[in-house]
Amino acid sequence: MRIPSLAAAALLACGTAAAQVPDGALLGSACAGCHGVTGEGGHGIPSIRQMHGREHFVELMRAFRANERPNTVMGRIARGYTEAEIAALAAHFARAQ
Amino acid sequence: MTISRRTLLAAAPVAAAALAAPSLARAQNAGRVVIIGGGFGGASAARFARDRFPALDVTLIEQNRTFTTCPYGNLVLAGRRTIESITFGYERLAARGVRVVHQRATAIDPQAKRVRLSDGAEVPYDRLVVSPGIDLRWGAIERYDQAASARMPHGWAPYVQPITVLERQLREMRQGGVFVMAIPDNPFRCPPGPYERISMVAEYFKRHNPRAKILALDAKNGFSKQPLFQDAWEELYPGMIEWRGASNDGRVTAVNPEALECVTEFRDRVRGDVVNVIPPQMAGQIARDAGLANASGWCPIKPATFESAQVSDIWVLGDATIAAPMPKSGFAASTQAKHAIACIAASLAGREPPPAVYFNTCYSHVGEDYGISIVGVFRGGERLTEVEGSGGISPRNSALPADRRAEFRRLEAIYADGWYDAITGEMFG
Ligand SMILES: Cc1cc2nc3c(=O)[nH]c(=O)nc-3n(C[C@H](O)[C@H](O)[C@H](O)COP(=O)(O)OP(=O)(O)OC[C@H]3O[C@@H](n4cnc5c(N)ncnc54)[C@H](O)[C@@H]3O)c2cc1C
Ligand code: HEC
Repeated sequence: MRIPSLAAAALLACGTAAAQVPDGALLGSACAGCHGVTGEGGHGIPSIRQMHGREHFVELMRAFRANERPNTVMGRIARGYTEAEIAALAAHFARAQ
Repeated sequence: MTISRRTLLAAAPVAAAALAAPSLARAQNAGRVVIIGGGFGGASAARFARDRFPALDVTLIEQNRTFTTCPYGNLVLAGRRTIESITFGYERLAARGVRVVHQRATAIDPQAKRVRLSDGAEVPYDRLVVSPGIDLRWGAIERYDQAASARMPHGWAPYVQPITVLERQLREMRQGGVFVMAIPDNPFRCPPGPYERISMVAEYFKRHNPRAKILALDAKNGFSKQPLFQDAWEELYPGMIEWRGASNDGRVTAVNPEALECVTEFRDRVRGDVVNVIPPQMAGQIARDAGLANASGWCPIKPATFESAQVSDIWVLGDATIAAPMPKSGFAASTQAKHAIACIAASLAGREPPPAVYFNTCYSHVGEDYGISIVGVFRGGERLTEVEGSGGISPRNSALPADRRAEFRRLEAIYADGWYDAITGEMFG
Protein backbone atom coordinates (compact mmCIF):
# COMPACT_ATOMS: atom_id res chain seq x y z
CA MET A 1 0.00 0.00 0.00
CA ARG A 2 1.17 3.52 -0.82
CA ILE A 3 2.28 5.38 2.23
CA PRO A 4 0.78 8.88 2.16
CA SER A 5 2.97 11.84 2.99
CA LEU A 6 2.41 13.57 6.31
CA ALA A 7 0.52 16.37 4.62
CA ALA A 8 -1.65 13.95 2.68
CA ALA A 9 -2.39 11.98 5.83
CA ALA A 10 -3.35 15.17 7.65
CA LEU A 11 -5.66 16.15 4.79
CA LEU A 12 -7.15 12.70 4.85
CA ALA A 13 -7.75 12.88 8.58
CA CYS A 14 -9.25 16.36 8.29
CA GLY A 15 -11.41 15.18 5.42
CA THR A 16 -12.76 12.36 7.54
CA ALA A 17 -13.45 14.69 10.45
CA ALA A 18 -15.09 17.29 8.25
CA ALA A 19 -17.34 14.70 6.66
CA GLN A 20 -18.91 13.94 10.03
CA VAL A 21 -20.22 16.02 12.88
CA PRO A 22 -17.53 16.00 15.59
CA ASP A 23 -18.64 14.04 18.63
CA GLY A 24 -18.35 16.49 21.53
CA ALA A 25 -18.84 13.89 24.25
CA LEU A 26 -16.14 11.63 22.84
CA LEU A 27 -13.71 14.51 22.24
CA GLY A 28 -14.47 15.86 25.71
CA SER A 29 -13.65 12.53 27.30
CA ALA A 30 -9.94 13.32 26.76
CA CYS A 31 -10.32 16.55 28.76
CA ALA A 32 -11.55 14.41 31.66
CA GLY A 33 -7.98 13.11 32.07
CA CYS A 34 -7.16 16.42 33.78
CA HIS A 35 -10.45 18.25 34.40
CA GLY A 36 -12.16 15.16 35.87
CA VAL A 37 -14.96 12.93 34.55
CA THR A 38 -17.58 15.65 34.95
CA GLY A 39 -15.20 18.54 34.24
CA GLU A 40 -15.15 19.41 37.92
CA GLY A 41 -11.41 20.27 38.07
CA GLY A 42 -9.11 19.98 41.10
CA HIS A 43 -5.57 20.77 42.32
CA GLY A 44 -5.82 24.18 40.69
CA ILE A 45 -7.05 22.80 37.37
CA PRO A 46 -10.18 24.92 36.78
CA SER A 47 -13.65 23.46 36.50
CA ILE A 48 -15.06 23.45 32.98
CA ARG A 49 -18.35 21.95 34.03
CA GLN A 50 -21.31 24.08 32.96
CA MET A 51 -19.16 27.03 33.91
CA HIS A 52 -19.21 28.80 30.61
CA GLY A 53 -21.79 29.69 28.03
CA ARG A 54 -20.86 28.17 24.69
CA GLU A 55 -19.56 31.44 23.36
CA HIS A 56 -17.39 32.11 26.36
CA PHE A 57 -15.97 28.59 26.13
CA VAL A 58 -15.12 29.10 22.46
CA GLU A 59 -13.54 32.48 23.29
CA LEU A 60 -11.39 30.87 25.97
CA MET A 61 -10.22 28.11 23.62
CA ARG A 62 -9.43 30.64 20.89
CA ALA A 63 -7.50 32.78 23.34
CA PHE A 64 -5.50 29.71 24.48
CA ARG A 65 -4.77 28.84 20.87
CA ALA A 66 -3.42 32.30 20.18
CA ASN A 67 -1.53 32.30 23.52
CA GLU A 68 -3.46 35.43 24.37
CA ARG A 69 -4.53 33.99 27.70
CA PRO A 70 -1.85 32.96 30.21
CA ASN A 71 -1.59 29.18 30.35
CA THR A 72 0.78 26.35 31.10
CA VAL A 73 -0.71 23.68 28.89
CA MET A 74 -4.01 24.72 27.29
CA GLY A 75 -2.35 26.57 24.41
CA ARG A 76 -0.59 23.40 23.32
CA ILE A 77 -3.87 21.49 23.67
CA ALA A 78 -6.25 23.98 22.03
CA ARG A 79 -4.10 24.20 18.90
CA GLY A 80 -4.83 20.52 18.28
CA TYR A 81 -8.54 20.98 17.65
CA THR A 82 -10.51 22.42 14.71
CA GLU A 83 -13.11 25.18 15.02
CA ALA A 84 -15.87 22.62 14.51
CA GLU A 85 -14.44 20.42 17.26
CA ILE A 86 -14.19 23.33 19.67
CA ALA A 87 -17.83 24.17 18.95
CA ALA A 88 -18.77 20.54 19.68
CA LEU A 89 -16.73 20.62 22.91
CA ALA A 90 -18.44 23.87 23.92
CA ALA A 91 -21.86 22.31 23.37
CA HIS A 92 -20.84 19.22 25.33
CA PHE A 93 -19.50 21.08 28.36
CA ALA A 94 -22.47 23.45 28.40
CA ARG A 95 -24.74 20.49 29.15
CA ALA A 96 -25.14 18.83 32.51
CA GLN A 97 -22.60 16.04 32.69
CA MET B 1 -26.89 9.24 26.02
CA THR B 2 -26.03 11.88 23.48
CA ILE B 3 -22.97 10.09 22.28
CA SER B 4 -24.60 6.86 21.22
CA ARG B 5 -27.55 8.65 19.68
CA ARG B 6 -25.28 10.91 17.70
CA THR B 7 -23.13 8.03 16.49
CA LEU B 8 -26.22 6.14 15.45
CA LEU B 9 -27.67 9.11 13.57
CA ALA B 10 -24.39 9.92 11.84
CA ALA B 11 -24.16 6.51 10.25
CA ALA B 12 -23.51 6.61 6.53
CA PRO B 13 -24.77 3.65 4.46
CA VAL B 14 -21.52 3.41 2.48
CA ALA B 15 -19.35 3.00 5.54
CA ALA B 16 -21.83 0.64 7.16
CA ALA B 17 -21.65 -1.61 4.13
CA ALA B 18 -17.86 -1.65 4.45
CA LEU B 19 -18.13 -3.15 7.95
CA ALA B 20 -17.83 -6.85 8.56
CA ALA B 21 -21.01 -8.61 7.50
CA PRO B 22 -21.57 -10.52 10.79
CA SER B 23 -21.97 -7.29 12.73
CA LEU B 24 -24.68 -6.21 10.32
CA ALA B 25 -26.49 -9.48 10.77
CA ARG B 26 -26.38 -9.16 14.54
CA ALA B 27 -29.30 -7.58 16.32
CA GLN B 28 -29.11 -3.81 16.83
CA ASN B 29 -28.90 -4.57 20.54
CA ALA B 30 -25.74 -3.97 22.47
CA GLY B 31 -23.39 -6.90 22.87
CA ARG B 32 -20.95 -8.56 25.20
CA VAL B 33 -17.72 -6.61 25.55
CA VAL B 34 -14.94 -8.46 27.34
CA ILE B 35 -11.83 -6.57 28.43
CA ILE B 36 -8.53 -8.26 29.33
CA GLY B 37 -6.34 -6.18 31.65
CA GLY B 38 -7.58 -3.73 34.28
CA GLY B 39 -4.87 -1.09 33.90
CA PHE B 40 -4.91 2.30 32.18
CA GLY B 41 -6.40 0.98 28.95
CA GLY B 42 -8.74 -1.66 30.37
CA ALA B 43 -10.11 0.12 33.44
CA SER B 44 -10.69 3.32 31.41
CA ALA B 45 -12.50 1.27 28.75
CA ALA B 46 -14.73 -0.42 31.34
CA ARG B 47 -15.68 2.87 33.02
CA PHE B 48 -16.35 4.64 29.73
CA ALA B 49 -18.46 1.77 28.44
CA ARG B 50 -20.62 1.83 31.57
CA ASP B 51 -21.00 5.62 31.57
CA ARG B 52 -21.69 6.14 27.89
CA PHE B 53 -23.10 2.86 26.58
CA PRO B 54 -25.02 1.40 29.53
CA ALA B 55 -26.66 -1.22 27.33
CA LEU B 56 -23.30 -2.92 26.74
CA ASP B 57 -22.56 -5.97 28.84
CA VAL B 58 -19.06 -5.38 30.23
CA THR B 59 -16.72 -7.99 31.73
CA LEU B 60 -13.25 -7.02 32.96
CA ILE B 61 -10.67 -9.79 33.37
CA GLU B 62 -7.78 -8.73 35.61
CA GLN B 63 -5.32 -11.14 37.20
CA ASN B 64 -4.74 -9.05 40.34
CA ARG B 65 -7.09 -7.82 43.08
CA THR B 66 -5.47 -4.40 43.14
CA PHE B 67 -3.72 -2.18 40.63
CA THR B 68 -0.61 -0.18 41.50
CA THR B 69 0.06 2.59 39.00
CA CYS B 70 3.43 3.03 37.35
CA PRO B 71 2.79 6.77 37.36
CA TYR B 72 3.86 8.24 40.71
CA GLY B 73 5.97 5.15 41.43
CA ASN B 74 8.94 7.45 40.99
CA LEU B 75 7.48 9.65 43.74
CA VAL B 76 7.59 6.62 46.03
CA LEU B 77 11.36 6.50 45.34
CA ALA B 78 11.60 10.19 46.23
CA GLY B 79 9.86 9.50 49.55
CA ARG B 80 6.90 11.70 48.65
CA ARG B 81 4.32 8.96 48.23
CA THR B 82 3.57 5.59 49.78
CA ILE B 83 2.80 2.53 47.69
CA GLU B 84 -0.65 2.42 49.32
CA SER B 85 -1.46 5.87 47.94
CA ILE B 86 -0.90 4.68 44.37
CA THR B 87 -2.77 1.37 44.73
CA PHE B 88 -6.44 0.97 43.83
CA GLY B 89 -9.17 -1.67 44.01
CA TYR B 90 -11.87 -2.66 41.52
CA GLU B 91 -14.85 -2.33 43.88
CA ARG B 92 -16.11 0.93 42.40
CA LEU B 93 -15.93 -0.40 38.86
CA ALA B 94 -17.90 -3.44 40.00
CA ALA B 95 -20.45 -1.17 41.68
CA ARG B 96 -20.85 0.63 38.36
CA GLY B 97 -21.99 -2.59 36.79
CA VAL B 98 -18.75 -3.99 35.40
CA ARG B 99 -18.46 -7.75 35.90
CA VAL B 100 -14.94 -7.97 37.36
CA VAL B 101 -13.28 -11.37 37.14
CA HIS B 102 -9.98 -11.78 38.97
CA GLN B 103 -8.40 -14.47 36.83
CA ARG B 104 -5.56 -14.60 34.38
CA ALA B 105 -6.66 -14.88 30.75
CA THR B 106 -4.67 -17.79 29.36
CA ALA B 107 -5.95 -18.10 25.80
CA ILE B 108 -8.17 -16.44 23.22
CA ASP B 109 -10.10 -18.38 20.60
CA PRO B 110 -10.94 -15.76 17.96
CA GLN B 111 -13.04 -18.22 15.91
CA ALA B 112 -15.29 -19.33 18.76
CA LYS B 113 -14.93 -15.81 20.28
CA ARG B 114 -14.05 -17.06 23.73
CA VAL B 115 -11.46 -16.21 26.36
CA ARG B 116 -10.09 -19.02 28.53
CA LEU B 117 -9.26 -18.24 32.16
CA SER B 118 -6.66 -19.79 34.45
CA ASP B 119 -9.42 -21.60 36.40
CA GLY B 120 -10.55 -23.25 33.16
CA ALA B 121 -13.70 -21.18 32.73
CA GLU B 122 -14.49 -19.71 29.31
CA VAL B 123 -15.92 -16.24 28.70
CA PRO B 124 -17.74 -15.60 25.40
CA TYR B 125 -17.53 -12.20 23.73
CA ASP B 126 -18.91 -10.26 20.81
CA ARG B 127 -16.07 -7.76 20.93
CA LEU B 128 -12.82 -8.24 22.84
CA VAL B 129 -10.53 -5.52 24.20
CA VAL B 130 -6.95 -6.51 25.04
CA SER B 131 -4.87 -4.13 27.16
CA PRO B 132 -2.32 -6.34 28.96
CA GLY B 133 0.55 -3.85 29.13
CA ILE B 134 4.10 -5.05 28.68
CA ASP B 135 6.24 -8.07 29.38
CA LEU B 136 9.96 -7.71 29.98
CA ARG B 137 12.32 -9.36 27.51
CA TRP B 138 14.34 -11.47 29.88
CA GLY B 139 17.74 -12.25 28.37
CA ALA B 140 17.67 -9.39 25.85
CA ILE B 141 20.35 -7.95 28.09
CA GLU B 142 22.67 -10.92 28.62
CA ARG B 143 22.12 -12.55 32.03
CA TYR B 144 19.31 -10.17 32.94
CA ASP B 145 16.56 -12.61 33.91
CA GLN B 146 13.93 -12.73 36.63
CA ALA B 147 16.47 -13.93 39.22
CA ALA B 148 18.87 -11.11 38.32
CA SER B 149 16.03 -8.60 38.67
CA ALA B 150 15.84 -9.30 42.40
CA ARG B 151 19.38 -7.90 42.79
CA MET B 152 19.08 -5.35 40.00
CA PRO B 153 15.42 -4.29 40.09
CA HIS B 154 13.58 -2.86 37.10
CA GLY B 155 10.59 -1.30 38.84
CA TRP B 156 8.93 -0.98 35.42
CA ALA B 157 5.92 -3.30 35.68
CA PRO B 158 4.20 -3.36 39.10
CA TYR B 159 2.45 -6.67 38.32
CA VAL B 160 5.91 -8.25 37.92
CA GLN B 161 7.85 -6.42 40.65
CA PRO B 162 6.63 -3.72 43.05
CA ILE B 163 8.54 -0.44 43.10
CA THR B 164 9.25 -1.06 46.79
CA VAL B 165 12.05 -3.50 45.88
CA LEU B 166 14.03 -0.66 44.32
CA GLU B 167 12.88 1.74 47.06
CA ARG B 168 14.35 -0.51 49.75
CA GLN B 169 17.72 -0.73 48.00
CA LEU B 170 17.79 3.03 47.60
CA ARG B 171 17.13 3.57 51.30
CA GLU B 172 19.89 1.13 52.24
CA MET B 173 22.50 2.50 49.85
CA ARG B 174 25.78 3.61 51.45
CA GLN B 175 26.51 7.32 51.75
CA GLY B 176 28.30 8.60 48.68
CA GLY B 177 27.38 5.51 46.65
CA VAL B 178 26.58 5.29 42.96
CA PHE B 179 23.09 4.64 41.55
CA VAL B 180 23.40 3.15 38.06
CA MET B 181 20.51 2.99 35.62
CA ALA B 182 20.29 1.09 32.33
CA ILE B 183 17.74 2.60 29.94
CA PRO B 184 16.47 0.82 26.81
CA ASP B 185 16.10 1.91 23.21
CA ASN B 186 12.68 2.89 21.76
CA PRO B 187 9.97 1.74 21.83
CA PHE B 188 9.41 1.19 25.54
CA ARG B 189 6.82 2.01 28.23
CA CYS B 190 6.75 5.69 29.18
CA PRO B 191 9.43 7.55 27.21
CA PRO B 192 9.98 10.26 29.89
CA GLY B 193 9.74 7.74 32.77
CA PRO B 194 13.44 6.93 33.21
CA TYR B 195 14.33 10.62 33.34
CA GLU B 196 11.61 11.40 35.86
CA ARG B 197 13.07 8.53 37.87
CA ILE B 198 16.57 10.01 37.69
CA SER B 199 15.07 13.29 38.93
CA MET B 200 13.16 11.73 41.82
CA VAL B 201 16.15 9.66 42.93
CA ALA B 202 18.23 12.86 42.78
CA GLU B 203 15.66 14.66 44.94
CA TYR B 204 15.94 11.87 47.50
CA PHE B 205 19.76 11.92 47.43
CA LYS B 206 19.86 15.70 47.78
CA ARG B 207 18.12 15.31 51.13
CA HIS B 208 19.43 12.02 52.45
CA ASN B 209 22.64 11.11 50.60
CA PRO B 210 24.07 14.35 49.22
CA ARG B 211 27.41 12.88 48.04
CA ALA B 212 25.73 10.10 46.05
CA LYS B 213 26.00 10.05 42.26
CA ILE B 214 23.66 8.93 39.51
CA LEU B 215 25.03 7.38 36.31
CA ALA B 216 22.50 6.74 33.54
CA LEU B 217 23.55 4.39 30.73
CA ASP B 218 21.21 4.90 27.80
CA ALA B 219 20.80 2.85 24.61
CA LYS B 220 19.59 6.02 22.85
CA ASN B 221 21.22 9.30 21.86
CA GLY B 222 18.36 11.50 22.95
CA PHE B 223 15.21 11.32 25.05
CA SER B 224 11.78 12.79 25.76
CA LYS B 225 11.75 16.35 27.15
CA GLN B 226 15.58 16.18 27.17
CA PRO B 227 16.33 19.93 27.23
CA LEU B 228 13.84 20.46 30.07
CA PHE B 229 15.22 17.59 32.14
CA GLN B 230 18.84 18.59 31.58
CA ASP B 231 18.19 22.27 32.39
CA ALA B 232 16.46 21.19 35.60
CA TRP B 233 19.21 18.74 36.60
CA GLU B 234 21.84 21.44 36.24
CA GLU B 235 19.71 23.85 38.23
CA LEU B 236 18.55 21.52 41.01
CA TYR B 237 21.21 18.81 41.27
CA PRO B 238 24.47 20.26 39.94
CA GLY B 239 27.23 17.65 39.55
CA MET B 240 25.10 14.73 40.71
CA ILE B 241 23.84 13.25 37.43
CA GLU B 242 25.83 11.86 34.51
CA TRP B 243 23.91 10.72 31.41
CA ARG B 244 25.75 8.61 28.82
CA GLY B 245 24.01 8.13 25.46
CA ALA B 246 24.53 5.34 22.92
CA SER B 247 27.29 7.10 20.98
CA ASN B 248 29.10 7.53 24.28
CA ASP B 249 29.03 3.76 24.91
CA GLY B 250 25.84 3.99 26.97
CA ARG B 251 24.17 0.86 25.65
CA VAL B 252 24.12 -1.92 28.27
CA THR B 253 24.35 -5.36 26.63
CA ALA B 254 25.01 -7.62 29.64
CA VAL B 255 24.94 -7.63 33.43
CA ASN B 256 26.83 -9.45 36.16
CA PRO B 257 24.28 -9.65 38.95
CA GLU B 258 26.78 -10.97 41.57
CA ALA B 259 29.00 -7.94 41.06
CA LEU B 260 26.11 -5.46 40.53
CA GLU B 261 27.79 -4.66 37.25
CA CYS B 262 26.57 -3.49 33.83
CA VAL B 263 28.59 -4.29 30.71
CA THR B 264 28.30 -1.88 27.79
CA GLU B 265 28.48 -2.44 24.06
CA PHE B 266 32.22 -1.69 24.02
CA ARG B 267 32.91 -3.78 27.11
CA ASP B 268 33.09 -1.04 29.70
CA ARG B 269 32.25 -2.52 33.11
CA VAL B 270 30.21 -0.19 35.31
CA ARG B 271 29.60 -1.15 38.94
CA GLY B 272 26.91 0.45 41.03
CA ASP B 273 25.84 0.30 44.68
CA VAL B 274 22.26 0.14 43.46
CA VAL B 275 21.60 -0.84 39.84
CA ASN B 276 18.22 -0.22 38.19
CA VAL B 277 17.99 -2.12 34.90
CA ILE B 278 15.04 -1.23 32.66
CA PRO B 279 15.17 -3.98 30.04
CA PRO B 280 13.70 -4.01 26.53
CA GLN B 281 10.02 -4.89 26.43
CA MET B 282 7.23 -6.40 24.32
CA ALA B 283 3.45 -6.72 24.37
CA GLY B 284 1.98 -8.74 27.26
CA GLN B 285 1.94 -12.52 26.75
CA ILE B 286 -1.78 -12.96 26.10
CA ALA B 287 -1.55 -10.57 23.14
CA ARG B 288 1.44 -12.41 21.68
CA ASP B 289 -0.12 -15.84 22.26
CA ALA B 290 -3.34 -14.77 20.55
CA GLY B 291 -1.54 -13.75 17.37
CA LEU B 292 -2.11 -10.05 17.91
CA ALA B 293 1.61 -9.16 17.78
CA ASN B 294 3.88 -9.18 14.76
CA ALA B 295 7.58 -10.14 14.63
CA SER B 296 8.49 -6.98 16.56
CA GLY B 297 6.68 -8.33 19.64
CA TRP B 298 4.18 -5.42 19.52
CA CYS B 299 0.63 -5.35 18.13
CA PRO B 300 -0.26 -3.55 14.90
CA ILE B 301 -3.65 -1.78 15.01
CA LYS B 302 -5.88 0.08 12.59
CA PRO B 303 -5.19 3.73 13.43
CA ALA B 304 -8.81 4.79 12.83
CA THR B 305 -10.23 2.43 15.47
CA PHE B 306 -7.47 0.59 17.40
CA GLU B 307 -8.91 -2.67 16.17
CA SER B 308 -6.26 -5.31 15.71
CA ALA B 309 -4.78 -5.26 12.20
CA GLN B 310 -4.37 -9.03 12.46
CA VAL B 311 -7.44 -10.52 14.17
CA SER B 312 -11.00 -9.29 13.66
CA ASP B 313 -13.36 -8.27 16.47
CA ILE B 314 -10.43 -7.70 18.82
CA TRP B 315 -9.28 -4.23 19.87
CA VAL B 316 -5.79 -3.77 21.34
CA LEU B 317 -4.92 -0.80 23.53
CA GLY B 318 -2.10 0.90 25.30
CA ASP B 319 1.52 -0.13 25.66
CA ALA B 320 1.00 -3.40 23.77
CA THR B 321 0.24 -1.58 20.50
CA ILE B 322 2.32 -0.10 17.71
CA ALA B 323 0.94 3.42 17.87
CA ALA B 324 3.84 5.76 17.18
CA PRO B 325 3.88 8.76 17.16
CA MET B 326 1.69 8.25 20.26
CA PRO B 327 3.85 7.33 23.26
CA LYS B 328 3.27 4.29 25.43
CA SER B 329 1.61 6.24 28.23
CA GLY B 330 -1.31 5.83 30.58
CA PHE B 331 -3.08 8.91 29.24
CA ALA B 332 -2.65 7.67 25.65
CA ALA B 333 -4.05 4.26 26.65
CA SER B 334 -7.08 5.90 28.24
CA THR B 335 -8.00 7.98 25.17
CA GLN B 336 -7.44 4.96 22.93
CA ALA B 337 -9.78 3.06 25.25
CA LYS B 338 -12.59 5.58 24.97
CA HIS B 339 -12.31 5.78 21.22
CA ALA B 340 -12.19 1.98 20.95
CA ILE B 341 -15.36 1.62 23.05
CA ALA B 342 -17.17 4.16 20.86
CA CYS B 343 -16.01 2.22 17.78
CA ILE B 344 -17.11 -1.08 19.33
CA ALA B 345 -20.55 0.32 20.14
CA ALA B 346 -20.79 1.59 16.56
CA SER B 347 -19.63 -1.71 15.11
CA LEU B 348 -22.13 -3.72 17.20
CA ALA B 349 -24.87 -1.51 15.83
CA GLY B 350 -23.49 -1.83 12.30
CA ARG B 351 -22.55 1.84 12.14
CA GLU B 352 -19.57 3.84 10.98
CA PRO B 353 -16.92 4.55 13.64
CA PRO B 354 -16.54 8.15 14.86
CA PRO B 355 -13.58 10.23 13.61
CA ALA B 356 -10.43 9.28 15.51
CA VAL B 357 -8.87 11.93 17.74
CA TYR B 358 -6.42 10.72 20.40
CA PHE B 359 -4.71 12.68 23.10
CA ASN B 360 -1.77 12.52 25.43
CA THR B 361 -0.19 14.53 28.19
CA CYS B 362 2.70 13.26 30.30
CA TYR B 363 3.65 15.33 33.31
CA SER B 364 6.99 14.65 34.98
CA HIS B 365 8.12 15.76 38.41
CA VAL B 366 11.75 16.82 38.34
CA GLY B 367 12.06 18.40 41.78
CA GLU B 368 10.20 20.11 44.56
CA ASP B 369 7.69 22.57 43.05
CA TYR B 370 9.09 21.73 39.64
CA GLY B 371 6.98 19.97 37.01
CA ILE B 372 7.22 19.75 33.22
CA SER B 373 4.97 18.29 30.56
CA ILE B 374 4.61 17.06 27.01
CA VAL B 375 1.33 17.21 25.06
CA GLY B 376 0.18 15.60 21.83
CA VAL B 377 -3.08 15.57 19.86
CA PHE B 378 -3.27 12.81 17.25
CA ARG B 379 -5.58 11.79 14.45
CA GLY B 380 -6.09 8.34 13.06
CA GLY B 381 -6.92 7.78 9.42
CA GLU B 382 -4.84 5.51 7.28
CA ARG B 383 -1.99 6.46 9.59
CA LEU B 384 -1.60 7.96 13.03
CA THR B 385 -0.40 11.53 12.80
CA GLU B 386 0.24 14.28 15.30
CA VAL B 387 -1.64 17.51 14.61
CA GLU B 388 0.86 19.95 13.26
CA GLY B 389 1.38 23.12 15.30
CA SER B 390 -0.13 21.61 18.45
CA GLY B 391 1.32 19.88 21.47
CA GLY B 392 5.00 19.81 22.37
CA ILE B 393 6.94 20.30 25.57
CA SER B 394 6.75 23.02 28.23
CA PRO B 395 8.78 26.13 27.38
CA ARG B 396 12.46 26.06 28.32
CA ASN B 397 13.76 28.51 30.90
CA SER B 398 15.20 30.66 28.13
CA ALA B 399 11.71 31.08 26.64
CA LEU B 400 10.10 32.17 29.91
CA PRO B 401 10.36 35.64 31.46
CA ALA B 402 12.61 35.36 34.54
CA ASP B 403 9.81 36.41 36.86
CA ARG B 404 7.44 33.71 35.55
CA ARG B 405 9.78 30.68 35.51
CA ALA B 406 9.42 29.44 39.06
CA GLU B 407 5.66 29.95 39.00
CA PHE B 408 5.28 28.05 35.73
CA ARG B 409 7.23 25.03 37.05
CA ARG B 410 5.36 25.16 40.36
CA LEU B 411 1.98 25.23 38.62
CA GLU B 412 2.86 22.26 36.42
CA ALA B 413 3.86 20.25 39.49
CA ILE B 414 0.47 21.01 41.07
CA TYR B 415 -1.43 20.25 37.86
CA ALA B 416 0.42 16.94 37.61
CA ASP B 417 -1.22 15.94 40.90
CA GLY B 418 -4.54 17.09 39.42
CA TRP B 419 -3.96 14.87 36.41
CA TYR B 420 -3.11 11.88 38.62
CA ASP B 421 -6.24 12.26 40.73
CA ALA B 422 -8.45 12.85 37.69
CA ILE B 423 -7.28 9.88 35.68
CA THR B 424 -7.15 7.40 38.55
CA GLY B 425 -10.50 8.76 39.75
CA GLU B 426 -11.96 7.98 36.37
CA MET B 427 -10.54 4.45 36.39
CA PHE B 428 -11.19 3.45 39.98
CA GLY B 429 -13.34 6.17 41.59
C1 LIG C 1 7.98 4.76 36.09
C2 LIG C 1 6.81 5.00 35.19
C3 LIG C 1 6.16 6.22 35.21
C4 LIG C 1 5.07 6.44 34.37
N1 LIG C 1 4.46 7.68 34.41
C5 LIG C 1 3.44 7.94 33.57
C6 LIG C 1 2.79 9.21 33.61
O1 LIG C 1 3.16 10.11 34.37
N2 LIG C 1 1.76 9.42 32.76
C7 LIG C 1 1.31 8.47 31.90
O2 LIG C 1 0.37 8.72 31.17
N3 LIG C 1 1.90 7.24 31.85
C8 LIG C 1 2.95 6.95 32.67
N4 LIG C 1 3.56 5.71 32.64
C9 LIG C 1 3.13 4.74 31.60
C10 LIG C 1 1.89 3.93 32.01
O3 LIG C 1 2.11 3.26 33.21
C11 LIG C 1 1.57 2.91 30.93
O4 LIG C 1 1.65 3.50 29.66
C12 LIG C 1 0.18 2.33 31.14
O5 LIG C 1 0.16 1.59 32.33
C13 LIG C 1 -0.26 1.48 29.95
O6 LIG C 1 -1.55 0.99 30.13
P1 LIG C 1 -1.95 -0.49 29.66
O7 LIG C 1 -3.40 -0.61 29.83
O8 LIG C 1 -1.34 -0.73 28.32
O9 LIG C 1 -1.16 -1.45 30.65
P2 LIG C 1 -1.23 -1.52 32.26
O10 LIG C 1 -1.69 -0.24 32.82
O11 LIG C 1 0.09 -2.03 32.69
O12 LIG C 1 -2.34 -2.61 32.55
C14 LIG C 1 -2.19 -3.95 32.21
C15 LIG C 1 -3.03 -4.79 33.16
O13 LIG C 1 -3.30 -6.05 32.56
C16 LIG C 1 -3.18 -7.07 33.50
N5 LIG C 1 -2.92 -8.30 32.74
C17 LIG C 1 -1.89 -8.55 31.88
N6 LIG C 1 -2.02 -9.75 31.32
C18 LIG C 1 -3.17 -10.29 31.82
C19 LIG C 1 -3.85 -11.53 31.60
N7 LIG C 1 -3.36 -12.45 30.76
N8 LIG C 1 -5.00 -11.76 32.27
C20 LIG C 1 -5.50 -10.83 33.15
N9 LIG C 1 -4.89 -9.66 33.38
C21 LIG C 1 -3.74 -9.38 32.72
C22 LIG C 1 -2.07 -6.60 34.41
O14 LIG C 1 -2.14 -7.23 35.68
C23 LIG C 1 -2.34 -5.10 34.47
O15 LIG C 1 -3.21 -4.78 35.54
C24 LIG C 1 4.63 5.43 33.49
C25 LIG C 1 5.28 4.20 33.48
C26 LIG C 1 6.37 3.98 34.30
C27 LIG C 1 7.05 2.65 34.28
C1 HEC D 1 -3.03 18.10 30.80
C2 HEC D 1 -4.15 18.56 31.60
C3 HEC D 1 -5.31 19.18 30.85
C4 HEC D 1 -6.05 18.63 29.84
C5 HEC D 1 -5.90 17.25 29.22
C6 HEC D 1 -7.04 19.60 29.49
N1 HEC D 1 -6.89 20.71 30.26
FE1 HEC D 1 -8.02 22.44 30.12
N2 HEC D 1 -6.91 23.29 31.60
C7 HEC D 1 -5.80 22.69 32.19
C8 HEC D 1 -5.12 23.68 32.99
C9 HEC D 1 -3.87 23.42 33.81
C10 HEC D 1 -5.83 24.89 32.84
C11 HEC D 1 -5.43 26.28 33.38
C12 HEC D 1 -4.72 27.03 32.25
C13 HEC D 1 -3.32 26.46 31.94
O1 HEC D 1 -2.45 26.50 32.81
O2 HEC D 1 -3.09 25.93 30.81
C14 HEC D 1 -6.97 24.60 31.97
C15 HEC D 1 -7.94 25.52 31.61
C16 HEC D 1 -8.98 25.26 30.75
C17 HEC D 1 -10.06 26.21 30.41
C18 HEC D 1 -10.22 27.59 30.99
C19 HEC D 1 -11.10 27.53 32.19
C20 HEC D 1 -11.19 28.86 32.89
O3 HEC D 1 -12.27 29.15 33.41
O4 HEC D 1 -10.19 29.59 32.92
C21 HEC D 1 -10.85 25.58 29.50
C22 HEC D 1 -12.08 26.17 28.85
C23 HEC D 1 -10.31 24.26 29.27
N3 HEC D 1 -9.18 24.12 30.05
C24 HEC D 1 -10.84 23.35 28.40
C25 HEC D 1 -10.27 22.11 28.12
C26 HEC D 1 -10.76 21.21 27.11
C27 HEC D 1 -11.94 21.47 26.22
C28 HEC D 1 -9.94 20.13 27.12
C29 HEC D 1 -10.00 18.90 26.23
C30 HEC D 1 -9.91 19.16 24.81
C31 HEC D 1 -8.95 20.34 28.15
N4 HEC D 1 -9.18 21.55 28.73
C32 HEC D 1 -7.97 19.42 28.47
C33 HEC D 1 -5.38 21.39 32.07
C34 HEC D 1 -5.85 20.50 31.11
